[in-house]
Amino acid sequence: MTRQEKAAQFSRRAMLKTGGALVVSIGMPVALDTVLGLGRAFAQDATAVATKPPLMPDQLSSFIAVNADGTVSAFFGKMDMGHGLFVAIGQMVAEELDVPFKAVTVFMGDTATSVNQGGASGSTGIQFGGKQMRMAAAEARRVLVEMAATKLGLPADQLAVTDGVVHAKNDASKKASYGELIGGRYFNVQLDWNKQWGNTLYAPGKAKPKDPKDYKIVGQPIHREDVAPKVYAQEDFCTDIKVPGMVHGRMLRPAVAGAVPVKVDESSIKNIPGARVVLDKGFLGVVADKEWDAIKAAQQLKVEWSDAKPPFPESAALYDHIRKAPVRKREVDNKQTGNVDEAFKTAARVIEAEYEWPFQSHACMGPACAVVEIKDGNVTCWTGSQKSHFVQEGIALSLGIPKEKVHAIWVTGPGSYGRSDADDAAADAAILAKAVGKPVRVQYTRDQATGWDPKGPASIHRARAAIDAAGNVIAYEFTSKGFSRIDVNTNGGKPWDTLAGQFMGVELKPGDGFGVPAESYQFANKRLAWETIPPLLDRASPLRGAHLRDPVGPQIHFASESFMDEVAAALNLDPIEFRLRHVKDPRDIAVIKAAAEKAAWQSRPSPRKDQAGSKVSGRGIAYSQRNGTRVAIVAEVDIDRSSGKIFARKFTVAHDCGQIINPDGLKYAIEGNIVQGVSRTLWEEVKFDGKNVTTVDWMTYPILDITETPEAIDVVLIDHPEIAPTGAGEPSIRPVAAAIANAIFDATGVRIRRVPFSPDRVKQALS
Amino acid sequence: MARINLDVNGKVQTIDADPDMPLLYALRNDLGLNNPHFGCGLAQCGACTVHVDGQAVRSCVTPVSAVGNSKVVTLAGLGTPEKPHPIQKAYVEEQVPQCGYCINGWIMTAASLLNQKKKPSDAEIKDALTGLKCRCGTHMSILRAVKRASAMMG
Repeated sequence: MTRQEKAAQFSRRAMLKTGGALVVSIGMPVALDTVLGLGRAFAQDATAVATKPPLMPDQLSSFIAVNADGTVSAFFGKMDMGHGLFVAIGQMVAEELDVPFKAVTVFMGDTATSVNQGGASGSTGIQFGGKQMRMAAAEARRVLVEMAATKLGLPADQLAVTDGVVHAKNDASKKASYGELIGGRYFNVQLDWNKQWGNTLYAPGKAKPKDPKDYKIVGQPIHREDVAPKVYAQEDFCTDIKVPGMVHGRMLRPAVAGAVPVKVDESSIKNIPGARVVLDKGFLGVVADKEWDAIKAAQQLKVEWSDAKPPFPESAALYDHIRKAPVRKREVDNKQTGNVDEAFKTAARVIEAEYEWPFQSHACMGPACAVVEIKDGNVTCWTGSQKSHFVQEGIALSLGIPKEKVHAIWVTGPGSYGRSDADDAAADAAILAKAVGKPVRVQYTRDQATGWDPKGPASIHRARAAIDAAGNVIAYEFTSKGFSRIDVNTNGGKPWDTLAGQFMGVELKPGDGFGVPAESYQFANKRLAWETIPPLLDRASPLRGAHLRDPVGPQIHFASESFMDEVAAALNLDPIEFRLRHVKDPRDIAVIKAAAEKAAWQSRPSPRKDQAGSKVSGRGIAYSQRNGTRVAIVAEVDIDRSSGKIFARKFTVAHDCGQIINPDGLKYAIEGNIVQGVSRTLWEEVKFDGKNVTTVDWMTYPILDITETPEAIDVVLIDHPEIAPTGAGEPSIRPVAAAIANAIFDATGVRIRRVPFSPDRVKQALS
Repeated sequence: MARINLDVNGKVQTIDADPDMPLLYALRNDLGLNNPHFGCGLAQCGACTVHVDGQAVRSCVTPVSAVGNSKVVTLAGLGTPEKPHPIQKAYVEEQVPQCGYCINGWIMTAASLLNQKKKPSDAEIKDALTGLKCRCGTHMSILRAVKRASAMMG
């Protein structure tokens, strides 16, 4: 039994728990009551009930349940995107409850069993989600000890808990197990909910969580138990869900973005068994009984598209477009200091630079997939979306039914790094299923996945520093200008944020958002700002700005941390020495020093001047914060000047995310971030012509190949048990590009200010 | 449509299928095997990889009619928790996958390599695996696992 349980496994567990009385096929939802509505022989009292209290954040039963056998179920309104989050959550819950780690099973992302804790979002799985689960588990322990005190006739303060058994501190024979106390019944305990949904949801009880010095499970390196089922082909992905009577759907997208179907010849697919067209304004899909037939139908269907004006510039003109585009919204960071404009007037010298970052694709391993079944007015959606509670809301809105009629079940998808195409697939599947009156499984094609997913937005970044006659930095200004990160929102909770809604013509409500560098450089005069520009195509666009792992973090910090290096070089200072002169936060200083020490950094200004020939090497540093987490990275890079090929050979990463829950999972999460960061830096660029995106597969949108794997990623984990844990899912991708850029400069004396550092671009820059 | 015999994971089964249909859909839909996975349909990523007579093959571009009497082995047929292929054991020990959608490509290709050469060099490992995709960036642990499996094979 894996400890991460999802819909597909849920039914198997249900059968076990009820002694095989239930016969359900894999993939069918089972009501929670079936699983936990046991033990009705127990007398009801104020703290334990047989009937489940409402699934609301102010109920302890919404987060924690003790099964009849004393094992614990934790119901989590977030989910794991591959970093083993459920292991960490299990550790936090087991720790607070004083039960063995293996006694806890974490159920994730099912709207029938969990409240909306925001889904996978902003690396907050532990920071916010874990915080809530920790408080709920602590409250459950408090209540169970109170129940034991009554049962044993002893004061609660004379009781201890060992492995889920409450016992007298001085007499272990006086005991009551959690299973005896409440097993199979629900907690009927009110929590102090802050009335927030999503990431900010917080509902503590009366209990205080443990002092970190007493931790036995938190902080331990515990492996994931979902790896073996994946390796032995025993675990289902959302792509593997099958329901009786299911047909297969495929979507059709226009060759020219913005075009809509004006004539669809259904007779062109009449030779394909069960093939049908679903057309609603710009929404166009086909279904067929068999998957291969649906694929053929989508290819064979004759469609006449409207004569849309090509909406895009050539991608070569992208940055000029951004420079010239009107600013839709400007925001200045509220930590502004001094008077930047006046300070620049007094400068002896001004250092300026501009950096460019392209659109990038999620390019998930598999195109998005969703299955939707509508039965007696009730909708079930199996989705790989990292925000299943919002999928529930989005489907309800697009089908015009109450949210309570929609059950969204998260099942591991083919990769997820933010607002990917998964949310679009769920909406498409719902509309197809309603139209054809049968359960529909829809999966996109590769060109749709890479071509039409919401994109990490393209941007330019202008930085300037004012230097006085003595060589001191007296002012610093940094401004990003780019497409919004929320042309479509972080989830599919509203029809206007999905391709389906946009193709069907709903009113648009785009948002404006970008960001500023997250660091603690102190300068007397400092201003950080961002500006957003309108999208190139306002609806159903393959270039919708959206969240991609560490939304806008890589682009902003590529620029800001490259620029810090440029200033250091201009002042002939070692890049770390320069940073340490200005960085003020003690934890920031600690990660920079830790990375430098581990990498055996030799203090000297960049660039180095001791290399000749075509193969040269360099080292670079970059650092950043992210919502409380700090990361410093030293990159060591080899460059072949004749080919322009970069080999990002070695990384040294110092990482401080406060309290570490699972150092094992943390290291793997960091490695993945570094490798994906190298990929984004060296290779990844969405290209387009006037009509559409032209990077639509792995040949046109290459990612880092195994032959380009770094030789080493040394990770230094700085643990602060006394500081509340912050995130680790994204922070370490943030400084990767700048660390590489700074290493290239160190090796060559050439500053590359546009990502990706593809061989052609590097060769050109070096010539 | 044609009746086609397929020898998959040691069992011969007959399906009715379009001869041009890629093997991938026969495995996933007609035979109910949830591995391999659809990644691109272009033989560019490896998520659909199976063994055909011991060779790693991209099932998304292999017409089902081209398989003939060859023996097809999928990830599910490569090994079991009780009797794992060394690369599977190493994958678990090294905790390789994140989302895990790509693993058919890496495991089946590495298994094919190791079955032919127990002690490949680092360069030979990378040569064998080049072109496969992993979007989560588990490259470091993939290489660790292949070396670990190689060491296990004695």
